[in-house]
Amino acid sequence: MDKKIVEVKNLRKGYNEVTAVDNLSFEIYENEIFGMVGPNGAGKTTTIECVEGLRNKDSGEIKILGLNNPETDGDLKTKIGIQLQESSLPERIKVREAMEMFSSLYPRTIDWKDLLAKLNLTEKVNSYFRELSGGQKQRLFIALALINDPELLFLDELSTGLDPQARHTMWDLIRDIRNEGKTIFMTTHYMEEAERLCDRVAIIDRGKIVALDTPQNLVQSLGKEMRVIFSLENDFPLENFKKIEEVTEVEKIGDRIVVHGEGEEFVYRVISLLMSNKMKFREIKIEQPNLEDVFLALTGEKIRE
Amino acid sequence: MEKFFKIFTIEMKLFFRDFTSTFFTLGMPIMLLLLFGSIYGNKPTPVFGGLGSVDVSVPADFAIIIVVAGIMNLPITIVSYREKKILKRFRCTPMNPSMILFAQFVLNILVGFFGAAVLILLGKLIYGLRFPGSIFQTALAFLLSCASIFSLGFFLASILKTVRSVSAVSFILYFPMIFLSGATLPSEFLPKGILKFSQFLPLTHVVNLLRGIWAGKSWGLFNKEIIILVGIMIFSVLISIKIFRWE
Ligand SMILES: Nc1ncnc2c1ncn2[C@@H]1O[C@H](COP(=O)(O)OP(=O)(O)O)[C@@H](O)[C@H]1O
Ligand SMILES: [Mg+2]
Repeated sequence: MDKKIVEVKNLRKGYNEVTAVDNLSFEIYENEIFGMVGPNGAGKTTTIECVEGLRNKDSGEIKILGLNNPETDGDLKTKIGIQLQESSLPERIKVREAMEMFSSLYPRTIDWKDLLAKLNLTEKVNSYFRELSGGQKQRLFIALALINDPELLFLDELSTGLDPQARHTMWDLIRDIRNEGKTIFMTTHYMEEAERLCDRVAIIDRGKIVALDTPQNLVQSLGKEMRVIFSLENDFPLENFKKIEEVTEVEKIGDRIVVHGEGEEFVYRVISLLMSNKMKFREIKIEQPNLEDVFLALTGEKIRE
Repeated sequence: MEKFFKIFTIEMKLFFRDFTSTFFTLGMPIMLLLLFGSIYGNKPTPVFGGLGSVDVSVPADFAIIIVVAGIMNLPITIVSYREKKILKRFRCTPMNPSMILFAQFVLNILVGFFGAAVLILLGKLIYGLRFPGSIFQTALAFLLSCASIFSLGFFLASILKTVRSVSAVSFILYFPMIFLSGATLPSEFLPKGILKFSQFLPLTHVVNLLRGIWAGKSWGLFNKEIIILVGIMIFSVLISIKIFRWE
């Protein structure tokens, strides 16, 4: 995991007066899943498309698969696969025709029938594009991105619009693709997706990288604080929780009580206190810190959906 | 070449799967031929210099095919491919995306020739169509007209960003062009005032050129038409190349 596949230095890109991406630097290593996560408008698509060579940067350096000019080097496109955040195909093109047409554009391809099988689209081979569901369209675009057996795969918001079930299937699929030896550069605005899928994550906000590390390290940087969240049927003075040594903070949000704290006994003590006072609690939930909290801690804002 | 052929074949299938484009490009001119043929027949008359009504309306119907292909099919397809980010998807491949535009161009020319051939065939079978000129010269005039009008369509696709606006503009151009240029009603029957106005319609010059060459007249008589059509082409291509965007 040390060969650099992509190196970006001081990348800057603006539209008219607005700076979309400001002085970004990062590297992507061979065979990792590198994620860029941040709210809508943070500059993810701008960054990924500059690296793909679809947009012209204003300044900075991009080195990808040994090439220095992704915008102009036509050869690059034979080695990478791209799934755009937004795209479509003619309404009445059949899945088979799309696969055949895009296959014909590359010097080297893999058998598209195998690809469709892997992406669970075999029975749709004679369907029109417009007849596919959102998830099927998304899988078709991934199939198209894999058609040339690329070394490096770009996925821009791959699970937007998918239901949770389809999203989990998609994650498994992406892991499989990585296990075949490919490198993946993905963006998402779902913190959970980044946390579950990526080896390393760059958190981006307003065009700047605010943190870059493995999801585990990012989360641990917050300390080991946990939360116990529940609601009670009867009133119970919140001060009582503060008497527990491990508790750091107690809040009431609506009719839910959130107790913050850390340490091995923390959760146990909170629950024991409730039980010993014969308090009936409902909908109890224990939360570990996650990337969402990291984003909140770094930017002072909740991620905007 | 293999790439081009693949893309071309698929674009052709897509064309024929779309009822609107097939109907307007191929169906409408046939209906017009049958309609006017059944009303006026094809008796030679001095009004048309010894030709019949069908003999002059067939080359004029070619102009309808050309304008539908060039002002409607071509720009609407290109703009919709851009708006739906289909062109962008092609930019993700090693292919130069101009290949798509070129395939659309060739496709519409071939569809045009096909439509013209059908008209000639029907005209011959039903009305004993007379064709005093040469096939080769007529095909040449047809090609020149396509090149000019299609460039104008490409120009529309370059300045207009949405399918909505390009469809609106095509329809606004389409109606006066087919009714006032002599493409449906022969110019012999149009009032003087309208004839003056119709000089500003590119299609008028297409109709004049096609009718003339079809009737066996010499190219030398159509210098004005040729200059205007070539002028439109050069203007459109130059501007389009400057302002066309893939996204
Ligand atoms: N083609 C464009 N023209 C003008 N502004 C743009 C364009 N693309 C993106 N932007 C702006 O740049 C910023 C970053 O956008 P984008 O890269 O799409 O972010 P993300 O993918 O993280 O949602 C946003 O403020 C967006 O409005
Ligand atoms: Mg985006």
